[in-house]
Amino acid sequence: MLARLDLSEEEIGLYTAQLAKILEYAAVLNQPDTSEVPPTAHVLPLQNVFREDLVGEHLAPEDVLANAPEKEEGYFKVPRVF
Amino acid sequence: MEGGGFKPVRFYDLTAHRLRELLLRREISAVELCRSVLNRIDEVEGRVKAYITLDREGALRQAAAVDRQLQNGRELPPLAGIPFAIKDNMCLRGLPATCSSRILRNWVPPYDATVVEKLKDQQAVILGKTNLDEFAMGSSTEHSAFFTTRNPWDPKRVPGGSSGGSAAAVAAGTAVCALGSDTGGSIRQPASFCGVVGMKPTYGLVSRYGLVAFASSLDQVGPLTRDVTDCALVLNAICGHDHRDSTSVPKEVPDFTSFLVDDVKGMRIGLPREYFPPGLDDGVRRVVMEAVSVLETLGAHVEETSLPHTGYALPVYYLIAPAEASSNLARYDGVRYGYRAPGSEDVLEMFRASRSRGFGAEVKRRIMLGTYALSAGYYDAYYLKALKVRTLIRRDFDEAFEKFDALLSPTAPETAFAIGAKTEDPIRMYLSDIFTLAANLAGLPGVSVPAGLVAGLPIGVQFIGKPFAEGTLLRMGFAFEQSTGHHRHRPPDTPGGDGS
Amino acid sequence: MNKYEAVIGLEVHVELDTDAKIFCPSSTVFGARHNAQVCPVCLGLPGTLPVLNRKVVEYGIRVALALDCSLARFSKFDRKNYFYPDLPKNYQISQFDLPLAYEGRLDYETDDGARHRCGVVRVHMEEDAGKLIHRAGAANAPPYSLVDYNRTGVPLLEIVSAPDIRSAEEARAYLNELKTVIQYTGVSDCKMEEGSLRCDANVSVRPRGEEILGTKAEIKNLNSFRAVQRALEYEIDRQIGRLEAGQRIVQETRSWDEEKAVTVSMRSKEEAHDYRYFPEPDLVPLVISPSWVEDVRRALPELPQTKRERYLKEFRLPPHDIRVLTASPGLARYFEEGVRLFPEPKAVANWVLGDLSRLLNAAQVKIEDCRVRPADLCDLLRLIGDGTVSGKIAKAVLEEMFTSGKEARTVIAEKGLVQITDAGALKEVVDEVIAGHPDTVQDYRNGKTRALGFLVGQVMKSTGGRANPSLVNDLLKERLG
Repeated sequence: MLARLDLSEEEIGLYTAQLAKILEYAAVLNQPDTSEVPPTAHVLPLQNVFREDLVGEHLAPEDVLANAPEKEEGYFKVPRVF
Repeated sequence: MEGGGFKPVRFYDLTAHRLRELLLRREISAVELCRSVLNRIDEVEGRVKAYITLDREGALRQAAAVDRQLQNGRELPPLAGIPFAIKDNMCLRGLPATCSSRILRNWVPPYDATVVEKLKDQQAVILGKTNLDEFAMGSSTEHSAFFTTRNPWDPKRVPGGSSGGSAAAVAAGTAVCALGSDTGGSIRQPASFCGVVGMKPTYGLVSRYGLVAFASSLDQVGPLTRDVTDCALVLNAICGHDHRDSTSVPKEVPDFTSFLVDDVKGMRIGLPREYFPPGLDDGVRRVVMEAVSVLETLGAHVEETSLPHTGYALPVYYLIAPAEASSNLARYDGVRYGYRAPGSEDVLEMFRASRSRGFGAEVKRRIMLGTYALSAGYYDAYYLKALKVRTLIRRDFDEAFEKFDALLSPTAPETAFAIGAKTEDPIRMYLSDIFTLAANLAGLPGVSVPAGLVAGLPIGVQFIGKPFAEGTLLRMGFAFEQSTGHHRHRPPDTPGGDGS
Repeated sequence: MNKYEAVIGLEVHVELDTDAKIFCPSSTVFGARHNAQVCPVCLGLPGTLPVLNRKVVEYGIRVALALDCSLARFSKFDRKNYFYPDLPKNYQISQFDLPLAYEGRLDYETDDGARHRCGVVRVHMEEDAGKLIHRAGAANAPPYSLVDYNRTGVPLLEIVSAPDIRSAEEARAYLNELKTVIQYTGVSDCKMEEGSLRCDANVSVRPRGEEILGTKAEIKNLNSFRAVQRALEYEIDRQIGRLEAGQRIVQETRSWDEEKAVTVSMRSKEEAHDYRYFPEPDLVPLVISPSWVEDVRRALPELPQTKRERYLKEFRLPPHDIRVLTASPGLARYFEEGVRLFPEPKAVANWVLGDLSRLLNAAQVKIEDCRVRPADLCDLLRLIGDGTVSGKIAKAVLEEMFTSGKEARTVIAEKGLVQITDAGALKEVVDEVIAGHPDTVQDYRNGKTRALGFLVGQVMKSTGGRANPSLVNDLLKERLG
């Protein structure tokens, strides 16, 4: 499952019904003719926004791992990776 | 309150600009003001439940620092000493930023959002972090993982959302000003429900750095205040180019208070007929049409117009926002911060368990919808199609703004609804944002200004403007406010008006 | 196996040598303490946003031009969504449908001298992921992994070749030339062992003459040039073996196991990711103006192929010398500086490719860090030329210069290695040698001219190699007359 969620049977039933309803609602989007219409991913006319190649401050080591659920020797620790 | 004729000044209920006069005249100290609001919190927070985190010591410390500056005769920035509430999806170094989610319950950001940095530069007094629908996904705060905020006008009703905590705090007198975020109406709709002013600025006017992303191409931070003047002051403080946000516009910003002139003569206002559907609540229609009369009396030209693709805004929004959200929320996996489900054998199981238990139902629903809309085979039919129709919606506005300086509509189709009334039916809940989300899709500024009461509950009118025409909206809102005084309404158990 | 031909395409990732990461100001320096080079942005903290490092684009344009690519006028970034603990946001900011550059080519030569051309399909920019370390876990504890995010956000350039490569050897030669070209552009050191150059290979086989492509396998975990060649040789044999046995090839991702020298299946096509690419809303489009491209083009250094042609024309060096001298920009720079100071290309080439390279290799020192600078080497060559030292002594002098960093003259003076060119000083030694080897002298007088060589050698030996050999030769002949 791409979203990396585990769902109960009950949730699956509920969501499936709700998603179907939402997607059914979304079907109205097939009405307007968009064959000649470009998509809008950005509303801004901005382009070429850059930072310069300059090194800034790093997080203090204690801040890096302060919120880590599990850590070891300055690393983030996770269960076995397949 | 007892004692007859003497009516003590309730500092917590005044506007920021009025409080500034009092601070500068030394009629009140910043610490006294802060205490006044903290006492008010003690008094009503148990009923309103606007805050997730309170920082009393930090607030008093900042207030004391402002007082020292005042004593030394230093010139102070316009919002110095003003008690603020921040929606809990913005980062403030050292205080939790939960986004009202179990998955971020204990996360303490090691950095300040740009807007928080700017408020700190103003020496504003930050009281704490307010409740919202989890990750700002909702219209009522009922999707908060922790509790539902109550509407100060009626505790059985929702304050609106997702910035419900911020709106309720400003309305209840537990903050003088607040910051919210608006992805599809999340500032304006709760402003309408709680009887305060709420503005969503043009996309790119306010930095998003440090605002926890919901839908990156739609999110904007904005003010929730007691009147239009405060709205302009807060907007002045938080706007401007930020090199840490690529979508922040490098543009000179005006002093927005310069637009606060009590005159709309000759200004052209459009009423998009799609925003007044046949089924619109009678009370809402009446209040908005009264607002139209007021503006016409003030000399504005009001005319009906059309935004023909309005009907597509909701489905477009509910494909684009969840798609972006499904990706933005992928980082909550229990590795670096936030909730990790215990006892997983391998990392994939850990991802799934942490996310399934860490996210609430509405967030999961939108993640699944977004994942689906982006997945192979559906991208063109759903996501790309939505981006194209988004273009049509933008063009509607472009055309309308050739004729009008602003568009006027109800902010929301109804007044605050009862807690629990819509939680079972996502689409009914989604319809709550029907008049606000098109402005996000088109990146336009919108403001909701109190326009009166319907059956004892507040309702707002929305002005939508051209990109970066916040000044025009503030001018209209200000003129409207000055001639009606609707912004002086306060919830029933608080004294009304500040006399400013 | 001539019945079949292989079809290979390579996907190469190159880490760009910028100071800061691609979307944040964290440092890219290799070898820092783990998790010490991270900031809120590259750690993917909630609320943070990327801002593109201008130099990454400039470096990308450089490589694109060096590979004869067309530059996109309009380019953008997209999110590639997949879950992995080394990926802080669980999406990688990459480029999908509008890459920086496309449709280029690379000419290269295999060891047999044959020339090949391989198309370059696309060049795009993206961010690197972190690193995982796998641990076994204590007695009864399960295994686990540790994550270091220092590498997260280091800029990468992905260069995708056309399926124009036909053998494992060609693949290696292509990769070698690609590395050289990129090193010349100055954007990366391309060290496979440090991971600054990485390579995945797509390979299929088909009966020779067949137009339709066979089913391909993607080979990962190729950590050296040798691994690329060996893994492809193995995989081509494996696929041919299956076809010969009437079996089907499965489309899959396979991993090269260096120890066992085999490729093993990682996942099939059915298990392949659905990356759900969509435009990165946190970044704005990139518009690359022709003037920007021209500015980069003008600043582009001479590329290896041009350099090779020039060496042939200008210096008349043998092809092998040219190939080795131009293999890395550092060596070529060294050589050219040497020739500028001592305009005898063949002599400079011999010393650079011979003794100097031997010393560098033995000491594992890069030419850029060599203590013998081109000027120092040329001083030594001049001292050989004017007879101060013999060629043989010069080798010892160079070695001393290399280890101590001293100049040639200093080494020669300190060790008393100046060549003896004074006939008077040598006469005595010559007489001693003649007196000490009557039999050899007799042989010489009887017409055995080779005996003279032996006597010269004896004189050289007695002088510690310092005697001028031709002078010794003359003196001996004169004495033995």
